[in-house]
Amino acid sequence: NNLKPLTSASASFQACQSEKHLGQFYTLPSAHFRPLFPHGLPYRYQQQVKTFNEACFMVRPPALEVISYLKKADYSKPALRYLFYGVKGSGKTMSLCHAVHFCYTQGWVVLHIPDAHLWVKNCKELLPSSYNSARFDQPLQATTWLRNFRTTNEHLLSQIKTKRRYVWTKRESTDEGRPLGELVNQGISRVKSSSDVVGALMKDLRLQSSQPGADFRLVVAVDGVNALWGRSTIKKENKSVDLEELTLIHNLKKLMKNDWTGGAIITTLSQTGSLYTPKSAYLPQELLGETGFDSMDPFIPVSVPNYSEKEFESAYLYYLDRKWLQHPQSRTEDGKKELSFLSSKNPSMLDRICGFL
Amino acid sequence: MAASCVRTVGSFLGKCGNCSSSLNTVTSQLSRQVLSRQICVSTALKKNLAAGGPEKFTVEFIQKQVEEFDIGKRHLANMMGEDPENFTQEDIDRSIAYLFPSGLFEKKARPLMKHPEEIFPKQRAVQWGADGRPFHFLFYTGKQSYYSLMHKLYSKILNIEKHQDRMRAKGLFSQDTKEISLDTSRWLTKEELEVLLVETISSNNYDRFIQLMERLLSMPYCNMEEEFVLHYRRPLEARSKKQMVPVPERDDKGVAFSTSDGRRKTSNSSVVLRDCGSGRITVNGQEYLHYFPVLQDREQLMFPLQFMGLLGRFDLQCTVSGGGRSSQAGALRLAISRALLSFLSEGEQETMRQAGLLTPDPRVRERKKPGQEGARRKFTWKKR
Repeated sequence: NNLKPLTSASASFQACQSEKHLGQFYTLPSAHFRPLFPHGLPYRYQQQVKTFNEACFMVRPPALEVISYLKKADYSKPALRYLFYGVKGSGKTMSLCHAVHFCYTQGWVVLHIPDAHLWVKNCKELLPSSYNSARFDQPLQATTWLRNFRTTNEHLLSQIKTKRRYVWTKRESTDEGRPLGELVNQGISRVKSSSDVVGALMKDLRLQSSQPGADFRLVVAVDGVNALWGRSTIKKENKSVDLEELTLIHNLKKLMKNDWTGGAIITTLSQTGSLYTPKSAYLPQELLGETGFDSMDPFIPVSVPNYSEKEFESAYLYYLDRKWLQHPQSRTEDGKKELSFLSSKNPSMLDRICGFL
Repeated sequence: MAASCVRTVGSFLGKCGNCSSSLNTVTSQLSRQVLSRQICVSTALKKNLAAGGPEKFTVEFIQKQVEEFDIGKRHLANMMGEDPENFTQEDIDRSIAYLFPSGLFEKKARPLMKHPEEIFPKQRAVQWGADGRPFHFLFYTGKQSYYSLMHKLYSKILNIEKHQDRMRAKGLFSQDTKEISLDTSRWLTKEELEVLLVETISSNNYDRFIQLMERLLSMPYCNMEEEFVLHYRRPLEARSKKQMVPVPERDDKGVAFSTSDGRRKTSNSSVVLRDCGSGRITVNGQEYLHYFPVLQDREQLMFPLQFMGLLGRFDLQCTVSGGGRSSQAGALRLAISRALLSFLSEGEQETMRQAGLLTPDPRVRERKKPGQEGARRKFTWKKR
């Protein structure tokens, strides 16, 4: 049986992360799952979690590699940037979530943006920013994100204090030394200024983790980072909005620069949500574009391939074990070969095919 | 073409193949009579034209056509700059297709230049002389060539029996003489026999003929008449055209691979099947998952390999062009099955054939007809 039930102690979790366990599944304790991933997991995977009543990750080389770097990295140096790239459906988001979970168990502050593409398209409301009148705010997206952020980092928000004084309107302000939780609540309750809250939060966390005496580390996890340097489809009075004019994007780009220490930046590329990119593009250079590549440079690219033989077999056995494959022929050797051929060992394809078997 | 208005004259003059000069005066009288008749009765002539049957060509006419054909052939060879002496029929066809390019789909409607023998149907010359007496003794049976053939056949049978008696008398009679090999040929069909005899025969007659032939063949010593019998048999084409199995070659690393093509509905594909051991597939240089995002297409590709149980063994390198998504998948499937043949045994090839993997799908897009909206769909019917 290749499933290892995991206790909430981070020590045994650590034991699972070595290379011996490549290809095996480990279960996430539900205590971790609810706060960590209110957002950020692929939709199909969320449905699978609901069906199976448990969240299982497969230990795969890309995620393991990043985790080992995270363990060995020197956090007095500027933050390292990791970039997961691969073909569609090869498991980039899942690897990202795996790494994020690792950081969470280490007690880091998790700044997880589920999909940067969601911030550049389908925006219902666009307000001119209160802070800088040239820019535009996206209150809805900002509030949802703040809510999720609060769920994830609840236990840490009360401990970290703000370093500066922020003035929102004539009457409202947040003083120095207040817990971050208050800042976040402020953003959630005052929808109009939520994007500015996001910006302030990011700046604060960045400054604080850079300080040598900081007692926490920051991990910035962005899915679909190529949205930051692509194009947007948001239209303001029939004129398409430039990316620089969006507050959220602007602040996020500032975060992406590696001028702060004491943390790591883990990102993935995503072609599925991206705008105006060809379907066959999956390499960093193609998806990030020139500007994106230059700003992300230097970074550590980690390729996420399709399943290897061993991993495929492990996934297949997992589905069998969970009684997901009902068709009698899927249990035979030939059935396994068929599945491997048809899905071409792509994780998402396999998931889709097994969905109706 | 034969000048139809002078048909009646020509029929008299031309059909008398063996007219001697002494009959000239008679013919000239007759012709004068016919000519006079022709001027008077013009409406009757029209009716006669219709009832006469297919056009009749005189022997001289045919000869003239043959001469014209030969001269034309030499001219054509000169035009194409080739040797007039060795200008074969294939060269003629090629040159005509080059000089008169035709966009018509029906091959029979295109311009052609063939020997008059092939163009004009064979017709019988007039069977009776000037005095009205027929040449052949069986003329009044109606089917003279058929009955003469039957008589000839029967006389051959009698000959063979006489030969048998002689051999028996000498004591050299033996049952196992050399038999005529009949496996690779078939009897003439009724239509072919009619063409050979230049007259119509009924199906009863045809059956009788075949029975007599069989009787001839059942006797020993029938190899005496082998040549005669074989004249009335046609070679059978290879009945089940054996599938051309592509030869597996070995490339530099010693890996056996075979190439084959497939076609379906304007898609053409070519597949190189390598016996590596991995199950990697490349289509037009792209990943197979990327080129065929739809499961159905991938299932089509998988079918030949899965049917034989050889899924993970081969490496495929495919190129495909034309058509749409589904037809490209079908073309690739055919190409894969063909390439797979060389790695299979006879029995397995037979199972593949029976599964329908090796049959090229003949369905092509049907043409739109005028007066209809599509190939089958008619315009909306309005009552008024």
